[in-house]
Amino acid sequence: MGYFQMSRLALKWALTKPPTSRYPFEPRKVIPGSRGRLVFTKDNCVYCTVCAKRCPTGALLVHRAEKKWAIDRLRCISCGYCVEVCPKKSLELAGDHAAPVAARAREFT
Amino acid sequence: MARTVIPFGPQHPVLPEPVHLDLVIEDEKVVEARPSIGFIHRGLEKLAEKKDYNEFLFVAERICGICSAIHGQTYCQAVETLMNVSVPPRAVYLRTIWGELSRIHSHLLWLGLMADGMGFENLFMHSWRIRERVLNIIEATTGARVIFGVCKVGGVRRDIEPDAIPGILAELDSIEKDMRDVTKVFLNDKSVKARLCGVGVVSKQEAWDLGAVGPMLRASGVAQDMRTLGYAAFSDIPVVPITRTEGDCYARCAVRCEELFQSVEIIRQAFNRIPPGEIAIKVTGNPAGETITRTEQPRGEVVYHLKANGTKHLQRFRVRTPTFANLPVMLKILPGCDLADVPMIVLTIDPCISCTER
Repeated sequence: MGYFQMSRLALKWALTKPPTSRYPFEPRKVIPGSRGRLVFTKDNCVYCTVCAKRCPTGALLVHRAEKKWAIDRLRCISCGYCVEVCPKKSLELAGDHAAPVAARAREFT
Repeated sequence: MARTVIPFGPQHPVLPEPVHLDLVIEDEKVVEARPSIGFIHRGLEKLAEKKDYNEFLFVAERICGICSAIHGQTYCQAVETLMNVSVPPRAVYLRTIWGELSRIHSHLLWLGLMADGMGFENLFMHSWRIRERVLNIIEATTGARVIFGVCKVGGVRRDIEPDAIPGILAELDSIEKDMRDVTKVFLNDKSVKARLCGVGVVSKQEAWDLGAVGPMLRASGVAQDMRTLGYAAFSDIPVVPITRTEGDCYARCAVRCEELFQSVEIIRQAFNRIPPGEIAIKVTGNPAGETITRTEQPRGEVVYHLKANGTKHLQRFRVRTPTFANLPVMLKILPGCDLADVPMIVLTIDPCISCTER
């Protein structure tokens, strides 16, 4: 190994763009197909409750009688299991992420 | 000479996860190390009785963040053995590719932690800088950066489109070039060598007798790698275990450095040979019987024991993780070392305490 191996690398990388983004100052780049926020489309939902039953973390709640669908964002792990089991394809994972949530509460739709 | 007990952990700058050691020292030498673990026990094995076998996959993947992909894969392999399911060949190759990508990111993470542990901050940043690019490939192909969530019983959830493969291979070539630069520093730099050579030596016999696994065992000269068993696509892609004979911290570091390039080569071969076709088959029914599955995680051999009784819940789920197997060796080599070398020795077993305690 020659001399100044590490110095050469440090200099090379100091002059190149960082691989990470400066997150709060610039928006996060959405990678297509990334498993982010769970999006619910009300139109074709039949409130069969399969998503709520299968959710591994119990983040979803479905009221069949009242026709209400709810998610606890702090519980959701974006695993996509609900998307897979939904018979009406009314759930999908968007590439971006949900807005920060401070309290554990369900968002009703 | 008077003996002093120095607590090491559970919160310590070199420890990524909490483990506690009571170090009995005489002057600057460690004479005894008494471990206590259990700070992050989450009772995941018991959860197998409450979640159905498909849902439990998400729990199995969360046993550990860094070896998540291989935990998921091993769990699926075990359930598939119980249910006599044969997975489509394309899914098997995809699992292998993601498993090796996870090995690369885990080893780069470890190299970074190692550099951080010895105070080489610049090298730490550079290792993680390369890891970031590996994580980008993982996110683009699986949808997540660390917990992949792509395996399922009967196959995989996602496919890698043929159009995306040249781009991934080109990125891997560039990552490999950067890894060569960084590993050259790890293997040849005088200060790194001075810190690692001759520290925490484990002989071949000791490593074998105490049941060490993974890079810890291979660094002592035992050529044992579960990938040679031929699970997943390793029946088509031969793997020659990388070994060293010195058995010290430097050898363990060198084994992991060389494994990075081995994994890149495996990924290239897998992409060359990946067959077209289905990525999953529909699995119906419930598992019954008992099985043991072994795979090679970045940290070593992981053993899954599953027992099922024909219902949708597993009866028993037990994991023997690599760190658990490596702890006795660590405790064997700590007595007699300098207090200043303890962080290096603890780090070179690549401790994953979440795995160990589950």
